[in-house]
Amino acid sequence: MIQWVELIIFVLLFALVTVLGFVASRWRRGATLDHLDEWGLGGRKFGSWVTWFLVGGDLYTAYTFVAVPALLFGAGAIGFYALPYTIVLYPLVFLPVLRLWSVSRVHGYVTPADFVHGRYGSPVLALLVAVTGIVATMPYIALQLAGLEAVLRTMGLNGTGLAGHLPLFVAFVILALYTYQSGLRAPALIAFVKDILIYLVILVAVFYLPAKLGGWSAIFDASAHKLAQPSPTTGAPAGSILLTGNNQLQYITLALGSALALFLYPHSVTGALASRGRDVLKRNMVALPAYSLLLGLLALLGYVAIAAGVRPITNNATGRPDTNTIIPVLFDTQFSPWFAGIAFAAIGIGALVPAAIMSIAAANLWTRNIYKTYLHPDATPAEEAKQAKRASLVVKLGAVLFVVAVDPQFSIDLQLIGGVIILQTLPAVAIALYTRWLHRWALVAGWLVGMSYGLYLLYQIPNPAAKRLHFGGSALTLDRLSVFGWHLFPGSRAQIYVGFVALVVNLLVTALGSVALRAAAVSNGTDATTQSDYHADEGSERFKPGREGAVIH
Amino acid sequence: MSSPPSSSGLRFSAWNLLLLVPFLMLVTPWFNSVEPRLFGLPFFYWSQFAFVPVGVICVALVYWRTRDTPTVPAAGRPGGVDELDEGTDR
Repeated sequence: MIQWVELIIFVLLFALVTVLGFVASRWRRGATLDHLDEWGLGGRKFGSWVTWFLVGGDLYTAYTFVAVPALLFGAGAIGFYALPYTIVLYPLVFLPVLRLWSVSRVHGYVTPADFVHGRYGSPVLALLVAVTGIVATMPYIALQLAGLEAVLRTMGLNGTGLAGHLPLFVAFVILALYTYQSGLRAPALIAFVKDILIYLVILVAVFYLPAKLGGWSAIFDASAHKLAQPSPTTGAPAGSILLTGNNQLQYITLALGSALALFLYPHSVTGALASRGRDVLKRNMVALPAYSLLLGLLALLGYVAIAAGVRPITNNATGRPDTNTIIPVLFDTQFSPWFAGIAFAAIGIGALVPAAIMSIAAANLWTRNIYKTYLHPDATPAEEAKQAKRASLVVKLGAVLFVVAVDPQFSIDLQLIGGVIILQTLPAVAIALYTRWLHRWALVAGWLVGMSYGLYLLYQIPNPAAKRLHFGGSALTLDRLSVFGWHLFPGSRAQIYVGFVALVVNLLVTALGSVALRAAAVSNGTDATTQSDYHADEGSERFKPGREGAVIH
Repeated sequence: MSSPPSSSGLRFSAWNLLLLVPFLMLVTPWFNSVEPRLFGLPFFYWSQFAFVPVGVICVALVYWRTRDTPTVPAAGRPGGVDELDEGTDR
């Protein structure tokens, strides 16, 4: 059953952002788009407002807006970790991101791996960081498409087989074309429309829906009752509206680990490096929590969906109920069709912005740290830009194939793994912003150990509710934590975030390795950066002349 | 307020310590309860919402109080900032 009013409004708004996406190539354009600084970083000259919309649209993705309420819907309080995560994020990254911006601006770095290469003179370490970034980003893009598809299926475009994916395919061909054409300027301009729509929809939803459903008290009581029911598959309650003794540590480490991971993702770095100066970034660290407030309110819609008796739609391509459809279904059943259309457009367009930025970030990594470093060292800036544009097409095509050919559950698993593996680049990227004490080969060793240990732990986690033995989530019960078969906390049912455990092990190995390699006086590479590079601000004469030309022209 | 500008790496300001305050919200046992409610929201939820302004105020204070810390080199090229300013039409 196709919801025509919703679909027409959705298509109109989608057409509007498509036009914007193509027009964006002429917006504040530099001398040429044939330079990675222009195509991949929008000329490095976005001001406070553009950065706010761009980074907001980049970090708070459509998938987050769909998946976080779905988590509260299914498991209760643990899903609310998204709020502390996005609150501690800004005080945590405030200082390091400024250092990264400055050193990248001075040396023309486009990716975090560029920085690592310059800091340690080690293409191997840079390659590890780049590959980790690409691998962690790919499923993230696929999930944006999954979010878009959840909306399309709710509007009635819920076909079976390959034909069922056709609307998604059309949407992403359009996205691929204007990203190719306009680079980072396209998502920057579209983000304005996306965020205004999202703010409108969420504010209406959090005031209108509780009033309609008997107030927040009634909603929480209904949720507490529903979550306490024993699950038919496991016999245990699905969750609770408060944390339990067993998941408090998971809540804390998941919030902290996610905050540590976020600015290691290449797309976050891309958004930050595209800003004009340190002041722009600082103001944004103050202003971006407005989105956190929005995310927290949105998370509560998971409980509203419980109170409203929402049932997830069965995805006709997989034949299983898709919990990610609960927010679209809530809007569909509670709002008038025209407002539901606006809400769906907000989520759908909300998927395009981060998908575009992520594909640009992955393309930048490929171009700078694999193509230019290993395949074509004397590539000109124009060749780099061309390579990155093509790579962005490949990345997006890959993501579409992922959604079409692979079970969406697999994307969710991979994204979970992505968070764990991207954390393993923290010592090489974030700590290196402050000190070179960690040795480059120790960083490689720490990466290897942290990565394999993290994957091993993830493999060990079962999910009884989904009847899976492995990769059942990111919450590790402490009694499963073992070092060479020796169990540290036998019998403990308390849970902890795997990424956090793997990071601690990584840091230990890196620190011990550094002591040993320093004692053995093994070369730690050459540092291309100087101390004052980390404080340079806009207008500085330290900026690379070649790139300055591209910025000011 | 802040260490004098030099070519050395770290510029530490005591104001930066304010950035640690929002991390208090990671101590979940402090607020893991239903009562007291606010507008029907359990304490667990509304107390965490209350940390949004706490985080904003802490980061904003650090921003305002450390603004004068000179960057290196402050204004390298006269007019450079104007040219970079997106507000100027080109």
